Amino acid sequence: MELLGRQETWNITYDHALGETASWFYTRIRDEAAIYGRRCAKTNHVLVPPRAFSDETLLPTTDWVKVGPGGRIEAFTMVYEQFNNLPDPPYAFGYVLLDGADTALGGYFKGIDLTDPHQAAKKLAIGTRVMTKFAAVRKGEMLDFWFELEG
Amino acid sequence: MSGDRVGIIGIGQSAFRSRRDDASYPDLVREAVVLAMHDAKMELDAIQAIVYSLSPDAMVGIGNAERLGVDAVGGRSKPFLRINTGGATGISSVAAAYYHVASGMFDVVLTAGADKVGECGDSQTVLNKIWDPSYERPLPLGTINMLAMSGVRYMQRYGMTEEDMALVTVKNRRHASLNPNAHLRKVVTIDDVMTSRYISWPIKLLDCCPQSSGGAALVLASERYIRDNNLDAVWITGVGHAAETYWMGDRMGTNPTAEHADAYALGRSFEKSYRMAGITDPAKQVHVAELYAPFSNTEYHSIDAARLVARPGDSIPRLRDGEFELGGRIPVNPSGGTLCTNAIAVTAMARVAEVALQVWGRAGDHQAKGVRLGIASGNGGDHQIFGTMVIEA
Repeated sequence: MELLGRQETWNITYDHALGETASWFYTRIRDEAAIYGRRCAKTNHVLVPPRAFSDETLLPTTDWVKVGPGGRIEAFTMVYEQFNNLPDPPYAFGYVLLDGADTALGGYFKGIDLTDPHQAAKKLAIGTRVMTKFAAVRKGEMLDFWFELEG
Repeated sequence: MSGDRVGIIGIGQSAFRSRRDDASYPDLVREAVVLAMHDAKMELDAIQAIVYSLSPDAMVGIGNAERLGVDAVGGRSKPFLRINTGGATGISSVAAAYYHVASGMFDVVLTAGADKVGECGDSQTVLNKIWDPSYERPLPLGTINMLAMSGVRYMQRYGMTEEDMALVTVKNRRHASLNPNAHLRKVVTIDDVMTSRYISWPIKLLDCCPQSSGGAALVLASERYIRDNNLDAVWITGVGHAAETYWMGDRMGTNPTAEHADAYALGRSFEKSYRMAGITDPAKQVHVAELYAPFSNTEYHSIDAARLVARPGDSIPRLRDGEFELGGRIPVNPSGGTLCTNAIAVTAMARVAEVALQVWGRAGDHQAKGVRLGIASGNGGDHQIFGTMVIEA
């Protein structure tokens, strides 16, 4: 028998409040081109991205700590497939442990030729030093910064 | 009945496909329920409570789709709960059904669900939305690149190669070719996998699970009920769950509790289920395993976490040696596993169902020989919420 279908698109707009901690983090990125984490006084761990509480202790974090701009790659991938509503490939992104931080921060890796995946993977190997780069005009968001190979 | 065992007395699974254009979402749920009730030789009236297995609504495109499911499981006037732990949903639902019976409040409980991932053209868009809106949503995160990054760390720590990943696909496709319910049943070679296009390095197209549609259902009952009614059963002797931090970047860095290369909380969950089942040496005592692994690389850290090998990373040489093939030391994913079939809402339930069929001796062409004790697992969230079970004949 003839089987019918029906196409539908969900398009829902949310206006998310970022809260005090993320708001402070993003205003520093926008105004100072600097990245800060939050320190837990009990564990002394500096959480980046900053959080209002430590998941290890459930205590409020106590102070802001400037981290980076240098750091080391902890994880990476290069995406070669087009996904709906995600950027055009290829792109590389992953996680970087910024100097002074205890946890890794996500971001794009830029300035690397992704044509040959194996060559790109060697350049992005875990442990590789990177620098945080900031856009000249910043809005106060994650895409205001990215990572490039050091030197 | 506290202290009595809980048995599985009925199993229903769809033949999973990309799409089921002949069936609406509730039709698919009912299909699995009817199969399970038939398998249990039981009428719907005997079911005392229902645990409904449904992961993110956006995957089926129906808000709170469990409402439609009430009719498909015969839920009128019965206790009805929905469970959602992402990819672990199916095994979490079986666990919740187990708790219903083990508490002594119910003797016969049905757990069921279905998914139609093949109808969602944007599954990675849906999965991108699992990241927090404050920090990580602007990044192009999805489950593929999340587990690609686990794979990158696993390669660095334990020496896994892209060929090792391909070996998992080749093994599981060979298994799936024997399983009429599996979605991807075509046998492939290492070369097929290695020459398939990169999706998210090091994961290639043939290292990925499909987007499947289909349903699954299990009927659980108390040992007393099973005995009083002269029913056949296999037994859930170990149940575990464990979660770890949401923050992927906290699973790396200076001193992570849970290493992103591994499946830390999956290991903790297995410890709990092994302790409950009295298993002290899983590498010797486990006969068969259905481990949730949607990408080839993740089967390695799952085998490690289940302690089917002496230490993390030993899964690589042991898999090269064929120990996890049907006919090997401990067949892993004899059904073809999640890599060959992924109807997300019931994928982890299928792991339990398949292990139950194995220890029952009813797995058909993909039956492993002489297996009496098996394990199942499910992974959900952003590699974050894990469920495990031990099933015995």
